[in-house]
Amino acid sequence: MTRKMTSWLGGAAAAALLGLASGAALAADKEVVIGMQCDRTGPTQIVGATLCPAYHDYVALVNSKGGLEGYKVKVIEIDHEYKVPPAIEAHERFKKEGAIFESVYGTPQISALIKKLTEDQMAATSPGFGSAAAADGKRYPYVFPVAATYWSQMTVAVDFIKSKLGGSLKGKKIAYIFFDNPAGKEPLGVLDDLSKMEGFTYRTFAVPSPGVEMGAQVLDITTRFRPDFVIAHLFAKAPAVALKEFKGKGWPLNKMIGFVWAGSEADINAGGGFARNDGYYTIQYAGVGKDYPVLKEIQAMYKKEGKEPPAAMDANSVMYNRGVYQAAVQLEAIRLAIKAKGGAMPTGKDVRDAFETIKTVPVGALAPPLKITPEDHEGGGWAQVWQVKGGKFVKVTDWKHAYRDVIKKHLAEDAKK
Amino acid sequence: MLYREAGNFKTTYVKDMALFPLPLTRWVAAALVILFVVIVPLVLDDWYLTNFNLILIAIVGALGLNILVGYTGQISIGHAAFMSVGAYTAANLASKLGLPFWVTLPLGGLMAAFIGAIVGIPSLRIKGTYLAIATLASQLIIEWIINHTPAISGGAAASIEVPRPAIFGYELNSQGDLYYFNLFFAALAIMAAVNIVRSRLGRAFVAIRDQDIAAEIIGINIFKYKLIAFAISSFFAGVCGVLYTYYYGIANYESFQIVVSIDFLAMVIIGGLGSIFGSVLGAIFVTALPVVIRTLVETFGVYIWDPSTLPSVVASLRLVIFGSLIIFFLVVEPEGLARLWRNIRNYFRVWPFSY
Repeated sequence: MTRKMTSWLGGAAAAALLGLASGAALAADKEVVIGMQCDRTGPTQIVGATLCPAYHDYVALVNSKGGLEGYKVKVIEIDHEYKVPPAIEAHERFKKEGAIFESVYGTPQISALIKKLTEDQMAATSPGFGSAAAADGKRYPYVFPVAATYWSQMTVAVDFIKSKLGGSLKGKKIAYIFFDNPAGKEPLGVLDDLSKMEGFTYRTFAVPSPGVEMGAQVLDITTRFRPDFVIAHLFAKAPAVALKEFKGKGWPLNKMIGFVWAGSEADINAGGGFARNDGYYTIQYAGVGKDYPVLKEIQAMYKKEGKEPPAAMDANSVMYNRGVYQAAVQLEAIRLAIKAKGGAMPTGKDVRDAFETIKTVPVGALAPPLKITPEDHEGGGWAQVWQVKGGKFVKVTDWKHAYRDVIKKHLAEDAKK
Repeated sequence: MLYREAGNFKTTYVKDMALFPLPLTRWVAAALVILFVVIVPLVLDDWYLTNFNLILIAIVGALGLNILVGYTGQISIGHAAFMSVGAYTAANLASKLGLPFWVTLPLGGLMAAFIGAIVGIPSLRIKGTYLAIATLASQLIIEWIINHTPAISGGAAASIEVPRPAIFGYELNSQGDLYYFNLFFAALAIMAAVNIVRSRLGRAFVAIRDQDIAAEIIGINIFKYKLIAFAISSFFAGVCGVLYTYYYGIANYESFQIVVSIDFLAMVIIGGLGSIFGSVLGAIFVTALPVVIRTLVETFGVYIWDPSTLPSVVASLRLVIFGSLIIFFLVVEPEGLARLWRNIRNYFRVWPFSY
């Protein structure tokens, strides 16, 4: 009975072997390999379809300028459709292809890999997703969030609201509307601490998956609770629905701030367009818009090849720039690792160590003023607030972070569990 | 194929019921054991073993679902939830009480069986699509309960890290170690399933599937057997969840959402309803085929597409090819891959004289 199984597997294995053999033959000698997970086809394709090409664009730009300290960068991309088993398979494939770094994508995926990354000494980033506790470099030595975690986003949001409401939150009311999953609930503890510190009251409004049904919650917020500010932490299609609902109930959107996955051009457009959603604030962990030298360089690179620059640069600059930022941080760490080794091929551990020596990310103001330390792999939890205004995103605050003691306290508490 | 059954006469019932009726099948079985226990881990590298591991774990879950859907004829769209029940039970026991895997694994399975039997109660009154909706509800309810009960989920992140399984103090860390771990339980699951379906229990399941009223008339207690089917099936699912937990090193309910239920249902349907071998084939098909397709498209795609567009083409084309292959195989043989294999075998059994 199970005999057929072997021939099946044999066939599959032979086919795979063929593929790998020819793939390996193409590899040149002076080359660093990066494994990149992506979701272009799964439930979060709204992110991947823009972020991943941007990532490749930046890598191509670096390669066109001679690579990293003489090394060309080769990216192996694997699309995992936001499923966990393919991400595990991808990790092993990257290892097999000699990758010295892995760009993980997705919260369940980084959770399932967090142990293996340490075991296999493979550094990885988890910008904007994954557990906030991963910022603890002592506990998870091989994971680098490199962007504001949900905890930090909450502190930035509250700090921003405080400045908007005249410098004090005493007696104010804040509504927190969130996607009812672990990521959505993660900042609740931080919000609670901040409310005690600042003396405001808050209420939480959970939106069940898949997040397209929130009329009742929005009605509750706008007509009954009537808060001074709304914080929205939503994903996928939910942000667009939230914008429609709040606007539909006559809520002034300049009293609402969205977390990082609730504020791309695609979300605003799906929520009725920029004109309709004027005033909405969003938190960003990478710069927005086109006015960055690195993006001009990418455009010039495309022009030189006689091709049109990608439309996503304009149409969805939030996600595009995040892809560029993600690639830039990683390549900078790899460059430093090569440099530290005096030009020799770095290992995963060297790249890990190099992350803690990053001074600046070479993409100018597009990147936050990252400062990664052995304790803090988040790099300070920096974010910017941008507002929908006059048909585009306008920067409201420069890079900022806030209430770092609260974050430290939560990291320490989480480590004890 | 390799042998003829002619001239093989059975003189006792014991011989007739034997798992391996012919000496040659015994040899084949022994060869398979040697292949998978000795040769595969020695010859193949970590990447292949990872794929084997994922397939082996999927086999356990697919077998469980096939017992319910294929043998008993009760549909379930909530199987991933039972996996998460097993996963969180084992993770809590392992992380809070420090219990070893040989305690947490069966307990995780039993907890899933208990919850599964409760979820199976609606099956006593409703069938088909109605039961599908009821089990869909159970998937969402279980997800919600785990998400909102810190005592189960271990806090807001809803993930509990577990230590690697250890035998006599030896920690199973590498893909090779975990391969043996998963192989052992997958083999156990196959053996258990084979023996369940050829026992009185299995025949009762089949009777219920084919015509439940007739089954009741001939004296099968439908109430009991339907719930047993749910419990056994959920036990397999729970064990599958525990294996995933130990394999990933973490229990996280986001790895067991409804998409996973659908994936397992796909395995069972593509592999063949009511076939143990079909469950194995289905698990291989759904787990490994996307990897094979991707590798092939990556390899030959460079000759067709521009390297800058290739990643996007690979991701999309893989889905297109995978979907087309599912349709192709189901059109060629609606009863699944197991039936397809049986057809091929029957053809060659009498070859070259087809009558």
